[in-house]
Amino acid sequence: MPADPRNLVAIALRQPAAVLQFSSTDWDRLVRQARHAGLLARLGETLDEAAMLDRVPSAPRAHFQAATAVAGAQHLHVRREVALIGQALRPLDVTPILLKGAAYVHAGLPAARGRVFSDIDILVPKARLPEVEAALMANGWATTHHSPYDQKYYREWMHELPPMRHIVRDTVLDVHHTILPTTARLKPDAARLFAAATELPGDGVRVLAPADMVLHSMTHLFHNDELSQALRDLSDLDLLLRHFGRDPSFWSDLAQRAQALDLSRPLYYGLRHAQQVLQTPVPPETLATVARHGPGWPLNRWMDGLWHRALRPAHRTAADAFTAPSLFLLYLRAHWLRMPPLLLVRHLAIKSWRRNFHAGEAH
Amino acid sequence: MTVDDVRPLELRHRLTGEGLRLRTGPIVTNIRSSLAAVQRGIALHYASHEVEPSAGFADFHISVERPRTLRRWFQPQVVFRFDDAEPFAPLPGDQGFPMLEWGLNWCVSSHCHQYLTIHAAVVERAGFALILPAPSGSGKSTLCAGLTFSGWRLLSDELTLIEPESGLVVPLPRPISLKNASIDVIRAFAPSAAFGPVVTETTKGSVAHVRPPAEGVRRGLEKATPRWIVLPRYAAGAPSALTVLPKARAFMQLAENAFNYNVHGRQGFDLLARVIDGCECFEFSYSRLDEAVEIFRQLCDAAVHGLRGGTGAARLPVAFA
Repeated sequence: MPADPRNLVAIALRQPAAVLQFSSTDWDRLVRQARHAGLLARLGETLDEAAMLDRVPSAPRAHFQAATAVAGAQHLHVRREVALIGQALRPLDVTPILLKGAAYVHAGLPAARGRVFSDIDILVPKARLPEVEAALMANGWATTHHSPYDQKYYREWMHELPPMRHIVRDTVLDVHHTILPTTARLKPDAARLFAAATELPGDGVRVLAPADMVLHSMTHLFHNDELSQALRDLSDLDLLLRHFGRDPSFWSDLAQRAQALDLSRPLYYGLRHAQQVLQTPVPPETLATVARHGPGWPLNRWMDGLWHRALRPAHRTAADAFTAPSLFLLYLRAHWLRMPPLLLVRHLAIKSWRRNFHAGEAH
Repeated sequence: MTVDDVRPLELRHRLTGEGLRLRTGPIVTNIRSSLAAVQRGIALHYASHEVEPSAGFADFHISVERPRTLRRWFQPQVVFRFDDAEPFAPLPGDQGFPMLEWGLNWCVSSHCHQYLTIHAAVVERAGFALILPAPSGSGKSTLCAGLTFSGWRLLSDELTLIEPESGLVVPLPRPISLKNASIDVIRAFAPSAAFGPVVTETTKGSVAHVRPPAEGVRRGLEKATPRWIVLPRYAAGAPSALTVLPKARAFMQLAENAFNYNVHGRQGFDLLARVIDGCECFEFSYSRLDEAVEIFRQLCDAAVHGLRGGTGAARLPVAFA
């Protein structure tokens, strides 16, 4: 699929040499788009790896270097934080599974390249949640969402505890017990994820098995209601697929695993859009297998149009007249997939009431 | 072309249209604002600053506008936008120009990590930089303004940018922000200084900005070698006293006042150590600005002439590998 001319970040990620043709106006748009997409550091490192960074004009180059420095510092902090989480849970004999960015950094995967963080995500067995929460509290992490509705929302319906914040270091920790809300339509079995997880030496933490890590990345992206970082998530996925995909057996494992975990639909979207937007190499037979799990015509065309816009950087230079309505429809879709209809109506009503009359947190 | 060369109507046209591309040292910012106070503030304070062509690369795209709420009709506010994001809560309607200045500081301190950025005023003489790190209320800006109008070149009254490769201070010449009593102190000390209007009841009290002298603005790309680190402390009625500050304490002061020391990690530590090694470090308490200015003139002369003064031996500026 040809490159989307509005999405300069995707153009530069697909083909770093393309930036050699960029005008100063293109650089202006690229840096703004990349900053708003959370991809400034990743793009900087991608250009550096392709030996293009030295050929970038000095003014935009300074922004890539600044963002890369921030990402590097964050990776150090994340490593230290993860070690402390591992320590806090060791007495319980719980080995948490790192999710998303923290996993990429800790496992030394290419998806760590220029990855920036707002929080750390871990996965622990649901049966152990009360002990885990108590142990984390004893080590300085405190819950953040104090209203009774928020507590109920997270604890009864979601797949995670309310976010915890460390009282001294201010770092935010999300403790998950599975990868989709309890109330969601798709019901992946978390026990399978724990059974297949890979131990990492050292800090007493694990990461998901390769196929599970990829499926979680897809599930997270294609069920998310907040899509300002969607291209960043797709780029993570692209780097994971390029890395794990070098092993030919990975692709057949992936399709089988998706079926077993009830995640074939997110797999369809993930492979399709990684390939279309970032030219991720995917074997044709894998694409043919997952095509059966996509929506039928004409819904598939519609969904392509919506995702196509959501996967542009969240900046006005990348938007068109359909961007805002597309994001709104995907927001509704994410909620539709997250909860049964009656619960959803109630939740959205409470959210909108609170947004208008309280300065409370909205989800 | 400088802001002064742009006709007032054209300036307004740019600020309300695609934006005015303003160069401050190494940074080009695209500024938009339909507020008259902001337009007047830019015309006054940035008169000698270069205007860059409208197309091409800008480091930051910002605006200061009225928020699009009903409130603008009865209790107007101003909001700072960074691209389309709003990093701060709106401020009362007459604080447009101060908000522009605070917003420009924020742009640099939270994005320009190609530098080690220290919350400090910095002025230059004879190629040597005098760095004045200090919390608000210490008289840092007053001393900085006093020196600026006594033969020192203003590099910045708020952000000291240190370039890691060279260890040099990169200028960011912008208006000096004065607060409360120091406004009248500088009016009396430098009658020729161009002041903007005093804006009252900001979070920092009354604030007025002073236009930076044109020569320093023109030399906005000339870097300077760190030579002195001085922690100023204004104390009413106190005699001027310059006392040696142990280097370890000077290091901690710079690190604590750095916005992005954590970003630079080990290299930041090494850079700061090299800067400290090449500097004489002092504490300075004062109440009379004319005395203060004289003391720093002597300090600089001693360094330039290699003379032994009362303030320590002059040394060559440190060389950076």
